[in-house]
Amino acid sequence: MYFDHNASAPLLPAAARATAEWLGRVGNASSVHSAGRRARAAVERARRSVAGALGAAPRELVFTSGATEALHLAVCGMVPRGGHVVASAVEHPAVFGALEVAGAQVTRVPVDAQARVRVADFVSALQPETALVCLMAAQNETGNLYPVSEVARAVAPTPLLCDAVQVFGKVPVDVSALGARLVCVSSHKAGGPQGAGALWVRGGTTLAPFLAGGPQERGRRAGTENVAALVGFGVAADGVSERLLAAPAIRRRRDAILAAFPEMVVHGVPELPNTLAFRIPGAEGDMLLAALDLEDICLSSGSACSAGTVETSPVLLAMGLGPGAAREGLRISLGPETTDAEIDALTTTLRRVVGRLVERSACG
Amino acid sequence: MVAMSGGVDSSVAAAMMVEAGHEVVGLTMKLRDTTAAERAGEGGTCCSPDDLTDARLVCDTLGIAHYTIDYRDVFRRTVVEPFADAYLRGLTPNPCVLCNDHVKFAPLLERARALGADRLVTGHYARVCETPEGYGLFKAVDPAKDQSYFLFGIEPTALSMVRFPLGGLEKGAVREQARAVGLSNWDKADSEDICFVPDGRYAAVVEGITGRAPAPGAIVDERGQVIGEHRGVHRFTVGQRKGLGVAGRERLFVLRVDAATDTVTVGPRERLSAEGLEAVGCRWFAPPEGRRVTARIRYRHAGADAEVVTDGERALVRFATPQTAVAPGQALVVYEGDRVLGGGWIERALHVEDGIDG
Repeated sequence: MYFDHNASAPLLPAAARATAEWLGRVGNASSVHSAGRRARAAVERARRSVAGALGAAPRELVFTSGATEALHLAVCGMVPRGGHVVASAVEHPAVFGALEVAGAQVTRVPVDAQARVRVADFVSALQPETALVCLMAAQNETGNLYPVSEVARAVAPTPLLCDAVQVFGKVPVDVSALGARLVCVSSHKAGGPQGAGALWVRGGTTLAPFLAGGPQERGRRAGTENVAALVGFGVAADGVSERLLAAPAIRRRRDAILAAFPEMVVHGVPELPNTLAFRIPGAEGDMLLAALDLEDICLSSGSACSAGTVETSPVLLAMGLGPGAAREGLRISLGPETTDAEIDALTTTLRRVVGRLVERSACG
Repeated sequence: MVAMSGGVDSSVAAAMMVEAGHEVVGLTMKLRDTTAAERAGEGGTCCSPDDLTDARLVCDTLGIAHYTIDYRDVFRRTVVEPFADAYLRGLTPNPCVLCNDHVKFAPLLERARALGADRLVTGHYARVCETPEGYGLFKAVDPAKDQSYFLFGIEPTALSMVRFPLGGLEKGAVREQARAVGLSNWDKADSEDICFVPDGRYAAVVEGITGRAPAPGAIVDERGQVIGEHRGVHRFTVGQRKGLGVAGRERLFVLRVDAATDTVTVGPRERLSAEGLEAVGCRWFAPPEGRRVTARIRYRHAGADAEVVTDGERALVRFATPQTAVAPGQALVVYEGDRVLGGGWIERALHVEDGIDG
């Protein structure tokens, strides 16, 4: 049973079929011949689908290998070496990685104990030469939604980069209303295949390529397009509106878990309908994760981005949790595929496993 | 639950448990940060991603679950730092025993219970057998591979939960077994060094961990005459001959290391002999008094017939024949035949003709 949709969502059957079909075809989307033309048409159809799901113009979208690359393109394309950037303290590691690659000077805007940010803190962190402000639309571990539009207005004309990976397919996104200059999304968090993502760049923004070479993606991203993955991405994007209809049911199922465990300490404000970050005092996160996995229940200890080892979550530490409490942190994230029966099985098993673990640690 | 390093031994241990029909889970402890080596494209260091990948692939081949737990803090606090600190105090520490005491067995047993496992299995070469006095720890069948010396600190009550399936095998048989069950790492190199001390460069590692270089001092003979200088007591261990930088008519060995005065005392080989020793921090599976026992004073020591008298956590050992290079800080492990009775930490050598010699 899979409760880790924020890490990677199940591939939609329609997306799987479309991708598989393309894997069996030949053709470089830059070629003139019929095979190339078919590939080009498939990529451009996918671009329209993704643009449609984001309220964007297709020409404003740059396809990438995923959100990490999209963030590198945005950051390295916007920030001169040594330039100043303001970023929330709880951005995805890919943002901080890209900022390091860009050689940026970073001011981190703190979060409070519920992982909330204050608009005024972004304004006061600005310097005369600040090149970019980074604020994610939703926190991947806690599910907090952030006031991107307000911050974008408050820091204007400084451009804002919004990592919208965790809202795509969960809450409606309209890039034209968001106020950001750049927005990135990922295919596999919304039912598409892994290996595809996109950066939306508002018209009129000059962006230097991160990967240079061929003229693909209007010279903003060189390299032969991953047609099969992009086709699947397009199908997933077409499914976003239907996905959004499932949000109330997902929220109800998520809240049923919370109601079953009064001793749960919730981390952050679970505004995303599908996300629940929590700890159960006395139950070590990595052991709870392993014990549940042995019962065929997959969830996550916060961010899964550390080569399979369980690292203390920087997000929980930024919220002021001590290392001991942070090590108890876990995350359940649901999707449209999650059923009531699965929620029942999860709560029953979690109750049993927690009983075993908490009893152990109480005995010393 | 099988503790897996990614090496051949623990992989085969896991395979043997699967073959025996048990439900098995693999667990790897991440003990050290290897980020710098990874980015440099280096491999082969213990706890590297290569080892983790090997452990994962082996578990996948065996069709069992695998988890990694982060033990870097505990390892540093209970093994690495005490190791460096001991060198600064002029001792010869044994980090592998500390690791088994503080990192491997107690925490892993707790985790095994938390996961609902009934047994903790490791790839150590030793055996656990039932005796009339309960479970006992015994030497491995292959004397060249026996690692029971490192395991004397396991809690006696924990022995009933611990198993070492390799204890009955020879190393060659282990590699054969690894190949037979299709483990991809069957020909991987053995780890011999201390995992966090590459190439035996102890002094540099100690300085790196403690952030300081011990003061230089004098090398003196047994009468206290200064016959040379040295660059820090952490470079010396009792019984050492190389690296003294002192020319003499006869071959000289380190007899004592005194960190309080930064003095290294050297002398001829025969002065290295000790008739006995005093050990502290002793723990016993079975009382050593009134038995014919052998005492081992370092890992590669064959063992000496001895008499042991205990007094709480202290023990006095009198060897049947004098032993060379009794190094404070090393582990004393006492055997009755193949059985480990227990052991402790050597505090000092005892010399009959001197009365009591520090």
